[in-house]
Amino acid sequence: MRALKWTLAAASALSIFATSSAFAATELAWWHAMTGANNETVERLAKEFNESQSEYKVVPVFKGTYAETLNAGIAAFRSRQAPAILQVFDAGSGVMLGAEGAVVPVADVLKKGGYEFDKDQYLPGIVAYYSKPDGTMLSFPFNSSSPVLYYNKDAFAKAGIDTAKPPATWPEVFEAAKKIKASGAANCGFTSTWLTWIQTENFSAWNNVPYGTNENGLAGLEVELKIDAPLFVEHFQSIADLAKDGTFRYGGRTSEAKQLFMSGECAILTESSGGLGDIVKSGVNYGVGQLPYYEGHGPQNTIPGGASLWVFAGKSDAEYKGVAEFFHFLSKTETQAQLHQVSGYLPVTLAAYEETKKSGFYEKNPGRETPIKQMMGKAPTENSKGVRLVNLPQVRDILNEEFEAMLAGQKDAKTALSEGVAKANAAITAAIGN
Amino acid sequence: MQSVVFPNKVLPYLLLAPQIVLTVVFFFWPASQALYQSVLREDPFGLKSGFVGLANFRAILANPDYLHSLQVTVVFSLATALLSMALALLLATSADRVVRGRNVYRTLLIWPYAVAPAVAGMLWLFMFNPAMGTFAYILRRNGFVWDPLLNGNQAMWLVIVAAAWKQISYNFLFFVAGLQAIPKSLIEAASIDGARGTKRFWTIVFPLLAPTTFFLLVVNTVYAFFDTFGIIHAVTGGGPAKATETLVYKVYNDGFVNLDLGSSAAQSVILMIIVVALTAFQFRFVEKRVHYS
Repeated sequence: MRALKWTLAAASALSIFATSSAFAATELAWWHAMTGANNETVERLAKEFNESQSEYKVVPVFKGTYAETLNAGIAAFRSRQAPAILQVFDAGSGVMLGAEGAVVPVADVLKKGGYEFDKDQYLPGIVAYYSKPDGTMLSFPFNSSSPVLYYNKDAFAKAGIDTAKPPATWPEVFEAAKKIKASGAANCGFTSTWLTWIQTENFSAWNNVPYGTNENGLAGLEVELKIDAPLFVEHFQSIADLAKDGTFRYGGRTSEAKQLFMSGECAILTESSGGLGDIVKSGVNYGVGQLPYYEGHGPQNTIPGGASLWVFAGKSDAEYKGVAEFFHFLSKTETQAQLHQVSGYLPVTLAAYEETKKSGFYEKNPGRETPIKQMMGKAPTENSKGVRLVNLPQVRDILNEEFEAMLAGQKDAKTALSEGVAKANAAITAAIGN
Repeated sequence: MQSVVFPNKVLPYLLLAPQIVLTVVFFFWPASQALYQSVLREDPFGLKSGFVGLANFRAILANPDYLHSLQVTVVFSLATALLSMALALLLATSADRVVRGRNVYRTLLIWPYAVAPAVAGMLWLFMFNPAMGTFAYILRRNGFVWDPLLNGNQAMWLVIVAAAWKQISYNFLFFVAGLQAIPKSLIEAASIDGARGTKRFWTIVFPLLAPTTFFLLVVNTVYAFFDTFGIIHAVTGGGPAKATETLVYKVYNDGFVNLDLGSSAAQSVILMIIVVALTAFQFRFVEKRVHYS
């Protein structure tokens, strides 16, 4: 009931917002979930676009976490107050994809502005991730990322580990973490943000094992999870064992663990490449390595994370034209190259990638090409094209709860994973029935 | 009671109108929407929906997670109510004894009531967050394993303390008023009979405060049930592993995170029934027993 009251209050606040738009330029609200260094990038991009022309004005509005932003967008759509542009995170793509008629595919939007959308200019892995099974690309890939390994070089040196060679496999990571903890180089050896995205979704792609049936949901809606397979059990049991004496520390369900790395508390972190901006700002003496894998399974390729920009149906032609202009601006090579170099997100166009390569950026900043190589290194298999569920945010929550119970020592990895899979499968069946 | 007759037929309604409009817009309309939603199944965007009768209610009541959440709510509400009332009573009796600066103490003690729940939550989170909290650091340095991110009991304590802290002011006000209403002659008589402070409190003051205490118990339970969403959302988000997921939080989570609006609406209807029951209980039993003097 309270929640409903809030929706109402939010809706009325929104209508005030929407009707007060400036008379000269068409205002385009851009709801996003970027914080810290990435929020500054969003503000700067909007400012640059607004200064480059006078017809349209992009207004970025921070709406909370990724999940909160998606929910705010959906609530706004239901009350016919949707923003022009909504940033939706990777896990929300399946939710948006299910909303036939509620969204306008990105190619159609660009066409309304007189632009042609050429899929071939974009990184293939990203195009596949944001397209319908028939190949129609639905959203504009704004910030695409791939999980990498960050490590604290000072702590590595203190523990007597080679600072030029980050651990490549998971057993090596666990060994290094133990050494760091035992030598007192840091209070905690290893932590990870987004356990679901990194340790299940990308873990399965990178090690070429199935996450679920039906090509992880890319080939059809009905999916049964497969993450209770032995490799997952082995991996999570190792983490649970390390958690017992604090060699592994849990930070939270999303990117909270980044704090543990930036404060020097933990020496190894697996995190999105998009977390780079904040890590640079924190002043930690960091290095970047590939996402670790298991010998005999990986490395295959990682799947894109981050978020894309969706456009709702039912807007005016002027708004679509403005959005098209803005997307055109965003896809310009110099915008993309700069976005990539400042934030650690991937360049979404091949041209921006080539441009960055040519500029000698990767020689000066080793490790920055890692997330791109990870994603583009090999042609994807049916295990590594992506993960798409109609209710992936919900499934992530279910799994997070199990991981929390496991890390608290309430159950072992095998029980946690099989219970998580059973609950998630039931939730998927229920969500498809909705 | 004498019935009152207003000479003007329109004016009373006009005066009442703003309140009625607010109630209709912010209570009756959403409540009716919740009732309507609770018998539907709908996709998140509201593009297609279908009538399912009471299926949502059946699903909820058969769901072990819902029963777990009910249990969490009862534990959380009782602990919050008792903790905040006990502390408020302690502070009220102490403030009653203070001779100098009594008003300053009272004013300061009322302040936390003005803090919004979400802000109160953030405040406690900053102090006890395992990654950056000052107190978390002190606890850990003294060998106490403090990790509310994984330890459900610790997370529960954290939200209880934060919720109780915010409510102390309210309880304090009522207890202070209750204490002032106790005739000084009774206490003086007891003193002459040789009853010491503690004895006087338990045999005279506390029983006379009973109506206030009973009233506060109901109010605090309602508060813990419904007004602590902001605190839980800011501090634990219902975690770890659902350890702090109260009924209200579950309504939000199922509706706005899991996008299952039918189930969420059905849960809010059940909550509505609980509020109605609590309010009826309060009117029937509590109002009668409060002695206004």
